[in-house]
Amino acid sequence: MGSLGGVVADSQFHVLAVDDSVIDRKLIERLLKISSYQVTTVDSGNEALEFLGLQDEENKDSDLPSVCTANHNRREVEVDLIITDYRMPGMTGYDLLRKIKECSSLRDIPVVIMSSENIPSRINRCLEQGAEEFFLKPVQQADVNKLRPHLLKERLRNNKSKLIEECLGSRPIKKENFQ
Amino acid sequence: MEVGQLQERFVDYTKSLFCEGFLDDQFLQLQQLQDESNPDFVVEVVSLFFEDSEKLLNDLTKTLDQQFVDYKRVDAQVHQLKGSSSSIGAQRVKNACIGFRNFCEEQNIEGCLRCLHQVKQEYSLVKNKLQTLFRLEQQIVAAGGAIPMVE
Repeated sequence: MGSLGGVVADSQFHVLAVDDSVIDRKLIERLLKISSYQVTTVDSGNEALEFLGLQDEENKDSDLPSVCTANHNRREVEVDLIITDYRMPGMTGYDLLRKIKECSSLRDIPVVIMSSENIPSRINRCLEQGAEEFFLKPVQQADVNKLRPHLLKERLRNNKSKLIEECLGSRPIKKENFQ
Repeated sequence: MEVGQLQERFVDYTKSLFCEGFLDDQFLQLQQLQDESNPDFVVEVVSLFFEDSEKLLNDLTKTLDQQFVDYKRVDAQVHQLKGSSSSIGAQRVKNACIGFRNFCEEQNIEGCLRCLHQVKQEYSLVKNKLQTLFRLEQQIVAAGGAIPMVE
């Protein structure tokens, strides 16, 4: 990891896991904790959106693009990655993915989809919608190991923009410096 | 019975469960997730599976007993059971569910009822086997021994 180690190891990565199966929730939680991630599990897309600070009462199960009222600052907990089951009653993992990507404050959070069904058209649809990975269930350690690069990339990106903001903030902007 | 004998029994029993197809590789994956910080992980997950499956099987029985069967509901429930059995490595239960879904699609009530019967049987068998396995583990631990890893 070299010089990157100091920058990205600020805090533990926090993963939000969404699955309606209590067994699968327990499994994914254990797999994630073994990888030293902080984990929150919820049992539905609605609960996930609530946790992410997206209040969407009217459009809960609709196909319409949701009005994104998520305020980044309102969310108390940082979520670094969302891993969700595809097939859930009510809101599917795909619907959840779409709602997250439609929301300006959430769209940069990497999303991973899990499914017990190996359907190429489904996999493509999810990847096209912006999912980073698609795991076939049962999910194994090897799959969870694939999450790290996505988490690191996002953390680096965030740190970089924070660093830039800090630099810009602490120095007065002189017009003559930008000829 | 002394520890060595118990451990041998345990290894033989575990091997037979794999040979007979009751359990598959996923069960080994589960065991690998267990350690000193989570010493009861396998028992916990399997207990959840028992609870969940019994609810599903009861529900399936009711759904298939209706005058107008809601096959979408049946399919969703079988899918759930297939998923959870696959997650713990209960191979024969999982396989029984696969056939079940085909009959659902065809809306074939006879086929569905036959499959439900089969799934219940397989579930009952694997539940029995796993409980025996856990009892053996408890006996080993009680006798002061360590639970052997089975490859």
